[in-house]
Amino acid sequence: MLAGGQSLVPMLNMRLLEPKLVVDLNSLRELGEIVHEGPLLRVGALVRHAALAESTLVARHAPLLSEAVKAIAHPAIRNRGTFGGSLAHADPAAELPACAVALDAELVLASAKGRRTVRARDFFTGALSTALGPGEILVAARIPAQKGGTLFREFARRHGDYALAGLAGWAARDGNRIAEARLVFFGVGSKPVEAPLAASALARSLDAAIAALAGELKPVADLNASAAMKTHLAGVLLRRAAANLGARAA
Amino acid sequence: MSDTIAIKLIVNGESVARDVAPRQNLVDFLRDELGLTGTRWSCEHGVCGACTVVLDGEIVRGCLVFAAQLDGARIETIEGAADAGRLADLQAAFHARNAVQCGFCSGGMLLTADALLRARPAPSRDEIREYLAGNYCRCTGYHAIVDAVEEVARSRAKAKP
Repeated sequence: MLAGGQSLVPMLNMRLLEPKLVVDLNSLRELGEIVHEGPLLRVGALVRHAALAESTLVARHAPLLSEAVKAIAHPAIRNRGTFGGSLAHADPAAELPACAVALDAELVLASAKGRRTVRARDFFTGALSTALGPGEILVAARIPAQKGGTLFREFARRHGDYALAGLAGWAARDGNRIAEARLVFFGVGSKPVEAPLAASALARSLDAAIAALAGELKPVADLNASAAMKTHLAGVLLRRAAANLGARAA
Repeated sequence: MSDTIAIKLIVNGESVARDVAPRQNLVDFLRDELGLTGTRWSCEHGVCGACTVVLDGEIVRGCLVFAAQLDGARIETIEGAADAGRLADLQAAFHARNAVQCGFCSGGMLLTADALLRARPAPSRDEIREYLAGNYCRCTGYHAIVDAVEEVARSRAKAKP
């Protein structure tokens, strides 16, 4: 299935994949829409990153997505790459899968047999692996309104590179206290990694949350960073994202 | 199923109709079918930006698009953009600042810089660096390239009444 082609075509060019048939989805215009469906925002699978970044609907409803999409690759890639493609490709270091989990999106999957929805949390099953079955495609995400201020940071060697570690989430305040938060890290495991203990510790203090991360994350070392460095980066990203949240609320 | 796919598109303002192999990449199509060799093959996986072309008004990686996808599309390559005169001040600034060394990346750099200045006419140095971060110059002439783009942004701002 060829959507934006920004991950599939490199793999074809490098002959890592040799499919007998490639189906180009790009003429399915109805998959390129962003519309309200009651309290949910439906983002079509073929919405390109550049369109997601420019959407005022998205900025009002789920500003985490607007923030995260700016960190994806480079303008020429964002003009072509798609929201659904990024989710279906499920790169462990990609921003949008982590955002979908943080926003508790439900993903709409379609096949000749019909449609079903899967929660983002259950959709990602491992590196480049999802709940999509044979003959099934992702057609849209249905996203609840973001419940708090945006927490988004990533650390990459160069702007647009895949992150060594990244954080996507949100935090809702009750006065000076953080009443509820969701923290999802990317680039630290085989799929988006939720940190519920650290998220609830945010109500006590930022330091308590960062301490909780050290016990909660079990990063996998890669070519760029050791497990210890990724855990360290996760804490740094949370501190920076939280500082940004404070600055905006003030 | 047919072995080829018929496409009709506009390349640099001219209509082109061809039957293409489904597997043919846009870069091969431009270089081998149309003789437009300003679009470079380099990394072949979307990292280096040397294959940048303008598809329906937006810069894209030529190496990540198949010719068969382009029925009805409008493509502009570095040859078309340069002939149209739109890049003349950028080209002159690249020349004056020695921002062209071996020249291999220059087509992609110029089209990306042009897209930046259309989207953001007065970018900061950081914004220029960020926008061009997806284009590699293996002569590593980045400072000169950023200087040239910054100079054009300033001179275009001055030229406006």
